Amino acid sequence: MKCLFALTFLALAGQGFAADDATIQKGEKVFDYWCATCHGPGNLPGTVALQTKYKGAKPALLSERTDLIPPVTKTFVRKGVSIMPFFRKTEISDADLDALAAYIARNNKAPTR
Amino acid sequence: MPPPGVNAKDFSDALKQFEEAVGKEWVFTSDEDVALYRDAYSPFWGEPEERVASAAVAPYTVEQVQAVMKAANEYKIPVYPISTGKNLGYGGSAPNLSGSVVLDLKRMNRILDVSERNHSALVEPGVSYFDLYRHIQERKLKLWVDVPDPGWGSPVGNSLDHGGGYLQPMYRNHFDSHCGMEVVLANGDLLRTGMGAMPGAQTWQQYKFGFGPWIDGMFSQSNFGVVTKMGFWLMPEPDAYLTGTVSVPKYEDLIPMIDILTLLENSGISNGMPGLGSPILGGFMMPQRAPEVTEMLQKDGVESASLHKYAQDRGIPFWSCTVKFYGPEKAIRAQWEYAQEKFSAIPGAKFKDDEFYKFPLTPDQFNKVHKPEMGIPSLEMFSIGARSPYNPTPGQGHIWFSPIIPRTGEAVLEANKVFAKAAKDFGLPLLSFSLPTTYWMRSFIFLFGFPITHDIATNKKNRETFKQVVRVAAEHGWGEYRTAPAYQDAVMDTYSFNNHALRRFHETVKDAVDPNGIISAGRYGIWPKHLRETKA
Repeated sequence: MKCLFALTFLALAGQGFAADDATIQKGEKVFDYWCATCHGPGNLPGTVALQTKYKGAKPALLSERTDLIPPVTKTFVRKGVSIMPFFRKTEISDADLDALAAYIARNNKAPTR
Repeated sequence: MPPPGVNAKDFSDALKQFEEAVGKEWVFTSDEDVALYRDAYSPFWGEPEERVASAAVAPYTVEQVQAVMKAANEYKIPVYPISTGKNLGYGGSAPNLSGSVVLDLKRMNRILDVSERNHSALVEPGVSYFDLYRHIQERKLKLWVDVPDPGWGSPVGNSLDHGGGYLQPMYRNHFDSHCGMEVVLANGDLLRTGMGAMPGAQTWQQYKFGFGPWIDGMFSQSNFGVVTKMGFWLMPEPDAYLTGTVSVPKYEDLIPMIDILTLLENSGISNGMPGLGSPILGGFMMPQRAPEVTEMLQKDGVESASLHKYAQDRGIPFWSCTVKFYGPEKAIRAQWEYAQEKFSAIPGAKFKDDEFYKFPLTPDQFNKVHKPEMGIPSLEMFSIGARSPYNPTPGQGHIWFSPIIPRTGEAVLEANKVFAKAAKDFGLPLLSFSLPTTYWMRSFIFLFGFPITHDIATNKKNRETFKQVVRVAAEHGWGEYRTAPAYQDAVMDTYSFNNHALRRFHETVKDAVDPNGIISAGRYGIWPKHLRETKA
């Protein structure tokens, strides 16, 4: 019986991780499509802005950050910041935004949800 | 909150019909969702006058657009179509008339045809320049898209708003480079222009005019219909690209330099977008200006005799012009040689070879080039306003003042005098000297950015100043080519020949094709009858 519980737990956990991986992969695609044109590597406006703001104390690349929990990412996307406008749901749907936020938070040490 | 003049029951019934047409999840009515349709760069940000939507509806097909328009027409709901809603600085996704329902066409993002043989495309309004570029790259087609600086906009929306890019002149003017459109009218009827009006025509993207009056222009910068498809001519990928710079020594040389440039462009010799500069005055892509030059400029302006002597004594050219060529290597090298012959008519003219690329670019070249000049969409232009070492405290956006001026050196000098005085009179940061951009072959545009802040008093002052400079420009015969909704009435007021005959004509057309006045009321200064009466 114990064995059965253990197997069930592992199976569910496995499903959970698989789903998370898929979400993160989806989020990476959303990032590449919508965000990387400003926040990707190189001399791009979003990357330069964050380099200027944090002066190396935090990574200039959003994809390398480990401190952005999903509510923060979602707030920036839906509220905008400085010259970055907010994005409509026909551009980044709520489901896409969940995935994007999960992708940005994938390396966070603290809980990602 | 229902749109103005619409009762709550009619609004509710119309929203239900919108939901039936597009699906409940694509009708946005919550405050949180509708707020996403605000203009992020609104000069009225946070003020009661800010133009905001009452709801938004996002169809996926032309049939859904027709159903929405029929319902809107029945209930007299003002709608405001947007393509990608990304023309920041020119209004974004917010309507001219507060309370309008935004008709968000972003979900209509199909690339319906790209022809490598005809060098053309047919796209829906939600397609962005990035989408079209990626589609072409994935298929390894030898086609270039003429893109505006921010590549997230829509070819349909940008061309309808008279946007411009950087490639050969026939592509640089995005409305000029379109060929054929499909339009949903206010009553839901469906229209195709040019050859598209003939069922089964094979030439919709080959011949613009079809038969009878060419009406495509009536759907640009207007509110006579909802454009749901547009064809575009694309540029065949050239073999090579070459740029060279001519510099001329004297202040007065600006006049012949521009005349020669214009001849070269109108003859098809120089076929890229030229760049004007001033080595002595410095500026964008130029050496930094010496402090003593700034002092002389501030004291006596660009006409300062001591400034002219300073430049001459040090052998620093007063003006420069970078000419650009796309085509076969042999041909463009010969074109550059010919251009040098022509510019040699100016005593003391000097020449420098700049860039030369063959295609495809290497990764290093790709990273280095100004991407829109290679038909590559990018958002790098936002570097101008974003936080950077040069701009540590960025604002919240910008709005462009962009008058068209004659393509002569005399006009450039005169406009600088006029705008420098206006800047002084209205307390704007003093513009020491500004050179126009060269999007169009036959005219120049001055582009001045007005900052947008979230400070109401500053925005209010800037709005008043903006209107003043529009007026000053018009007094000299210089008109805006495009502007944000906040200023469209003021600009249309300046196109006033014969007691506003043009606007009166627009109004006659508006009343005929959209009798209930439901499409984009107020856009580009065209108001429907019932709102003209209210305003009067």
